[in-house]
Amino acid sequence: MALQGTRRQLGDVVIVDFSGKITLGEGSATLRKTVRDLVDSGSKKILLSLYDVDYIDSSGIGELVSAYTTVKNASGELKLLHLTKRVHDILQITRLFTVFDVQSDENTAVHSFKS
Amino acid sequence: MPAKAQRIEVTLETLLESVDLAESISMRVAEAAGFPEEEVHKIGMAVREGVINAYNYGNQQDRHKKIMMTVELEPENMIVRVLDQGHGFELTEIPDPLAEENLLRTSGRGLFLMRAFMDEFKVGRGPEGGAELTMIKKLPQTVSGNGKHQPE
Repeated sequence: MALQGTRRQLGDVVIVDFSGKITLGEGSATLRKTVRDLVDSGSKKILLSLYDVDYIDSSGIGELVSAYTTVKNASGELKLLHLTKRVHDILQITRLFTVFDVQSDENTAVHSFKS
Repeated sequence: MPAKAQRIEVTLETLLESVDLAESISMRVAEAAGFPEEEVHKIGMAVREGVINAYNYGNQQDRHKKIMMTVELEPENMIVRVLDQGHGFELTEIPDPLAEENLLRTSGRGLFLMRAFMDEFKVGRGPEGGAELTMIKKLPQTVSGNGKHQPE
């Protein structure tokens, strides 16, 4: 299934609910464009909810890392929420849990951003 | 387990669609060989990464080049080979994606994932110099000749 992202706002935090696969091609491109658009529009607190993303490949992992650095370079914060087991396992074996702030509760995640 | 070796050979175009196709073929074979669902997923993902490697780095997305994939079921192993028409590479040339200084790199994790998801992983050279990736997964011990799990 092609990756789709639905945006919503809670205070100054933008939450993007993704569903589908983050893989080489369309999925990675959708993630890149979504994050780029948010940064370009001035969003500094971005929470990517991956509840409905059960597949990510090395290209998708690279895109997540790129999203992280893009937001950080714009003085913002990017966090991940609700990882599926497969995405969780991939981030764990690639040691990216040490890079990303991964949250499991939306309310806690929203309040964890620096004010 | 299969009574004798079975082999599928596929010549793939250097196209994005070939990545999905190769993954799908390998998952079907793995499923038929009796691997459990999560192992089928891992085999499919390893093969996907192998073909992405051939598409991006080996053949440099050159549509005139081909990617050759073979999937073999031997009595004890499922063996997948992915051969590209690039210049080949040595595993020692590839930076460790788990090293602290490489964690923020946006590429370079494919080979690591292939190694993580399969029992054996080797990089060699094809007859014309391209990289040949060999991935081996041991067949489940509980699989019978018809590819179905036997009750324990």
